[in-house]
Amino acid sequence: MTDTWLTAARYGLKTFAAMLILAPITVMIVASFKSGSVAIVSDFSSWRALWVADPTWENYDRVLSGAVVPFLRVMFNTTLIVTSIVVLGVLVNSACAYGLARFGLPGKGVMLSLIIALIILPLESIAVPLLLLVNRMGITDTYIVQIIPFIAHPFSIFLFYQFVQQIPRDLDEAAIMDGASPFTIWWRIILPLSGPVIATVAILQGLEYWNSYLWPLMVTRSDEVRPVSVAVAIFFERDPKQWGEIMAFSVMASLPIIIAYLFFQRLFIRSAMSSAVKG
Amino acid sequence: MTDTRIGAAESVPRTETPKPTYSVYGGRFAGWGFVMVALALLGIFVVAPFLMSLGLSFTNQRLVQNPNVPVQFVGLRNYERLFTDDDFWNALGNTATFALVVVPVQSALSLCLAMLINSNLPGRNVFRTIYFLPVIITMTIICVIWGALYIFPGGALNALLGTLSGGLIEPVDWLDDRRFAMGAIILCSIWASVGFQMVIYLAGLQNIPEELYEAARMDEASGWQQFWWITMPMLRPTHVFVIIATTIFCFKLFTQVQILTQGGPRGATDTLVRYIYVQGFSELRVGFASAATVVFLLIVLGISLVQRAVIGREE
Repeated sequence: MTDTWLTAARYGLKTFAAMLILAPITVMIVASFKSGSVAIVSDFSSWRALWVADPTWENYDRVLSGAVVPFLRVMFNTTLIVTSIVVLGVLVNSACAYGLARFGLPGKGVMLSLIIALIILPLESIAVPLLLLVNRMGITDTYIVQIIPFIAHPFSIFLFYQFVQQIPRDLDEAAIMDGASPFTIWWRIILPLSGPVIATVAILQGLEYWNSYLWPLMVTRSDEVRPVSVAVAIFFERDPKQWGEIMAFSVMASLPIIIAYLFFQRLFIRSAMSSAVKG
Repeated sequence: MTDTRIGAAESVPRTETPKPTYSVYGGRFAGWGFVMVALALLGIFVVAPFLMSLGLSFTNQRLVQNPNVPVQFVGLRNYERLFTDDDFWNALGNTATFALVVVPVQSALSLCLAMLINSNLPGRNVFRTIYFLPVIITMTIICVIWGALYIFPGGALNALLGTLSGGLIEPVDWLDDRRFAMGAIILCSIWASVGFQMVIYLAGLQNIPEELYEAARMDEASGWQQFWWITMPMLRPTHVFVIIATTIFCFKLFTQVQILTQGGPRGATDTLVRYIYVQGFSELRVGFASAATVVFLLIVLGISLVQRAVIGREE
């Protein structure tokens, strides 16, 4: 009997917590289907914040038409930047880990401990000198400045290194007997075997830039290269606030990643878990 | 050769063939080729700025240098000014306050959530998916949503509190009242990232052997006893990680305050990173901001040294 009550109480608490998480997201979605900022704001103060009687697509139309903010452009920018970071990051970091793990390089121990030490260094702690540096290089307000600094990633190298260490050297040696070059071994054996780490690293590095705001805020000035995170903030700061359009923008910007998350939620959660094994 | 059964190795005499190694291909040369790109990128974009911040903090470097004012070594002037600047201490204090509230509250909440869903009851994955959802929504969009909830006087949060209290609680100007602005930032931040810590705790909980609980139940230990004497001690490494990671995360606070309050009202939500941003980017004072960066760096380093010490002591 008490067990039944306990289970019921558990479900009650879990559902309550889920509602606290979902309510703000519902407010965003609901408001995006309403017209008229004044009406939306007055709805915020009642249960109508969570319900829309006659949904309209007009906010979506306006955002997509690019009249208020170049939505498609900034979505393209974010996609391009995040994809570049992830693809180049996987190649560069995996190669680095392979080089460290297999070649008995002199100073390998020093390099490894340096890389591990860099894991804790947050971008915020080097942002200002890095800004001066890219300013001197003349690459501000470009895609490059949002990609290059984030390709090499100490934590990704560390994860790849741990993984490569577990791959039996016999595989490499058999391949060498067959006349494979080190590059072929990395490309044809190490990388294909690294699937699980690639997924983890891609999600960690991708989410990192997807969530970042400080860096793109400092280095972008034009809509041509600006990512979603900055564009939505600029849109939000504009007065009077066009709540319907702001929310439609937010919904559309979040939709692709939410869909990816729902499909691959195990991978997302596993990559979050793996961040707890920091050396 | 392919027979790996036990015994097979004993009956077949092992012929030691010289193992091929990478030295055949110029070994180390190829190895350097693989590590080079990553090391060069880390050197230019992480190590160099790190060293630059140390050096620049002793100069009057500006983001855009006035041609009539050459860059000069100014000794400790930046640090003297930093430590006598009330705004700096205010920002540092706010950041510390934020961490002091968020670290315990968020860690406790995330542990509760993890324990709630760590069972064989159906629906476990659904709840896990929901709790983790805010982590993948970009922080600026989360701020926009909470900006709507905090509207004064008619926002959803005021309406909710008013209804729940039967009108006793007066509407509060969450983002524009010195007493509540930091609280509003804290609430929004916890909502945004409690799911992340929950996942870490969930991993920790799943590593606790079920036999420990079975043995405890045989000894008729109550649920509380099991929690205090099994769950909590077994989670020690997880606690250390969660607390340290959350503390560093808190010290990086920037996006929420920049979007929701711009550090206001009257500095009530200014933070260390926002101070660095304003000094280095808006005011172009790179040298001065570098001094603040060094302080920030020392704090982060100090936190992770504590982590090393705690973990080291356990091993």
